[in-house]
Amino acid sequence: MMNYMDHSATTKPRKEVLDTFIKVNEDFFGNPSSIHEMGVEASQLLNRARSQIASLLGTDDRKVIFTSGGTESNHFSITGIAKSMRHRGRHILTSKIEHPSVIETMKQLETEGFEIEYLDVNEEGLVTLETLQMALRKDTILISLMHINNEIGSIQPISVLAKFVKKTSRAIFHVDAIQSFGKYPVTFQTLGVDILSISGHKLNGLKGTGIVAWQSELTFQPVLVGGAQEFGLRSGTVPVPQAVSLAKAMRIIHEESSQAYSKYEKWSNDLREFLGKYPSIKIISPMQGAVHILSFSIRDVKGEVIINALQAKGIIVSTSSACSSKQTKTSHVIEALNISDAYKKGVIRISFGYGMTDEHIQHFKENFIGIMKQLKGE
Amino acid sequence: MNWKEILIRYGELSTKGRNRNAFTGRLRDNIRYAFADLPKLEIITERDRMFIRPNEAETMDQLIQRLPHIFGIQSFSPVASCSLDLEDIKDTAIKVVQSLNREGKTFKVTVKRSYKPFPLETNELQLLVGSHVLRAFPEIQVQMKKPDIELRVEIRKDAAYMTAEVIPGAGGLPIGSNGKSLLMLSGGIDSPVAGYQMLKRGVRLDAIHFYSPPYTSERSKEKVMDLAEKLSRFGASVKLHIIPFTEIQEEIQKQIPENVSMTTTRRMMMRIADMVREETGAMAIITGESLGQVASQTLESLTAINAVTTTPVLRPLIAFDKLDIIKIAQDIDTYEVSIRPYEDCCTIFTPASPKTKPKLDKVEFYESFKSFDEMIEKSVANREICVFPIKKKDKFTDLL
Repeated sequence: MMNYMDHSATTKPRKEVLDTFIKVNEDFFGNPSSIHEMGVEASQLLNRARSQIASLLGTDDRKVIFTSGGTESNHFSITGIAKSMRHRGRHILTSKIEHPSVIETMKQLETEGFEIEYLDVNEEGLVTLETLQMALRKDTILISLMHINNEIGSIQPISVLAKFVKKTSRAIFHVDAIQSFGKYPVTFQTLGVDILSISGHKLNGLKGTGIVAWQSELTFQPVLVGGAQEFGLRSGTVPVPQAVSLAKAMRIIHEESSQAYSKYEKWSNDLREFLGKYPSIKIISPMQGAVHILSFSIRDVKGEVIINALQAKGIIVSTSSACSSKQTKTSHVIEALNISDAYKKGVIRISFGYGMTDEHIQHFKENFIGIMKQLKGE
Repeated sequence: MNWKEILIRYGELSTKGRNRNAFTGRLRDNIRYAFADLPKLEIITERDRMFIRPNEAETMDQLIQRLPHIFGIQSFSPVASCSLDLEDIKDTAIKVVQSLNREGKTFKVTVKRSYKPFPLETNELQLLVGSHVLRAFPEIQVQMKKPDIELRVEIRKDAAYMTAEVIPGAGGLPIGSNGKSLLMLSGGIDSPVAGYQMLKRGVRLDAIHFYSPPYTSERSKEKVMDLAEKLSRFGASVKLHIIPFTEIQEEIQKQIPENVSMTTTRRMMMRIADMVREETGAMAIITGESLGQVASQTLESLTAINAVTTTPVLRPLIAFDKLDIIKIAQDIDTYEVSIRPYEDCCTIFTPASPKTKPKLDKVEFYESFKSFDEMIEKSVANREICVFPIKKKDKFTDLL
């Protein structure tokens, strides 16, 4: 039995999404910037995709651009705002548990004279309102926080933080909603922020697809320049099939989100109870965290060992994140959480998604019991 | 916040005599049509105001967002309600005022006590509520005459009702209360604004556009379709007639001296528009002409062009400055579409120096050598018709 439980790393594209991708490539392959009929048709289709996404997020059609994925979306949002707002200030806030695409972009900006403050998180992985209050300054131009952490599933109190920021400053609020769209409500109205990054391959769309959306009138300094596609914000021929497939993936996951949520919640509670019975296992994901991500650690056992043992039984999970798991050092997220050394090396992440059933959870539990017997004698 | 209903004030409608019921009924139907996507609304129509009662908070937000675009509404106010308990009334008053921008504003409380058994008198209640609100928001000041914020409290038998905010509506008359007209939609900045002005006076629109492939591109046609779509967002569908015009334009180039060719072109357009108007049952023709703006919009030109029909030609922008027109175009979200840089049929065969004062008899003389009747009938018969907003299902639906 193939049991994929690593949906926060990536997901399998849905059949409907692939069908759309192929159909658009076959029937509407015109360049959306061309003035002939094929171009017009492609551009109409592109605009429909854009408008569908805009309405899912609660903004208007002219405030969504397509990107190559989450990393580009984060990079574009952060550098785009930082550089266009530098006349107003150079101070930027983010947290210690952001995705590398944010942290590395910030480091790049540091070399260009921006002052970046990496906010601490508490033991639940949260940036508290107090922390933000202390750090927010008059010259803060941008705040970038992730909605749901990809490694431990902590959910930042974005709407509370955004309310405070909007009340007391002119800083722009960017949120990386890559792990949350389709699982939790993500709209400009519910979160109250200015910019959102979303990636396609985390929601059963295609790899290489993503968007940046924003709400109020914002100026971004573009990273890619050229033919002025995407309102001049991201040049390069727009891949219409990718864009349309993303709009479809987002629509479907959004429509199914409440059903999926109750399943994930049930599985999460079930596994927390199951894993909690082992004395050597520490659950790392906070109790109030996201229902689709469950991180835990086994004392004095390397994560890699568990991954290999589970893989032999057809179960696919990962160490804390796919992006940092190839590196041997402990992930910066785990470091930021103040976890004792005995548990740092053995962090395992299970993440749920489309296609999983109760049987997969049962299958995991059965095999995990054997592995724990063998490794720890428990 | 416990918003209970929305109070709508009619404005100009209340001056109507015995026709009033027809107008308020039309407004009610238009509101129902505009919110067809929401759960069914309870709408209570009274003589000089209307109440909408939504069932869910979400519906309330939608109403507040979308009502300002519906014609026939002067202004509207969200109404909160609470129990007749004094503490509850005070709390609700705070919440209502809290939802407003208060910086540097003046304030007063008015109480209407329709439910007489209520233990407190009008003045007492005004004093209690007013002082409570002032303690909570030191930034506001009391002013009895013309305050910025007037908190109205009405004590009825079932509950206390409160309003403070007055949100301006779009004004005008409900769409459909003044019949249908045909708008000449070129793709420029002016014609959609002219259409909007007439929509605001309660007129339903059909639109006509002249399309001259290969001189004008697919893009220019798309632009006009987008404009028609924008106009259909004001609460009534818009039917767009696209007239194939190439043949006629080429014939004019051949037959008519260059400096009056523009006048003849307009006369042909007007004749075609009048035929379409008659076929669709529209009563008048609407154009975006503004006096003196270009050669075809001088009084002499208008006379020569208008001579082909006795149908009323409505020119709502005739006395508008270009900058004022642009401002409205931006407000109604058509400007960005209008400035897309594609050729339309008015710009392609423009002579270097068109006559600004064409003589009607001369124009008629030039046109007399060739009968355009047959070509006109053919182009009307071959027109393409689209209806906006486009029905949900189309060739893209399954892909998204």
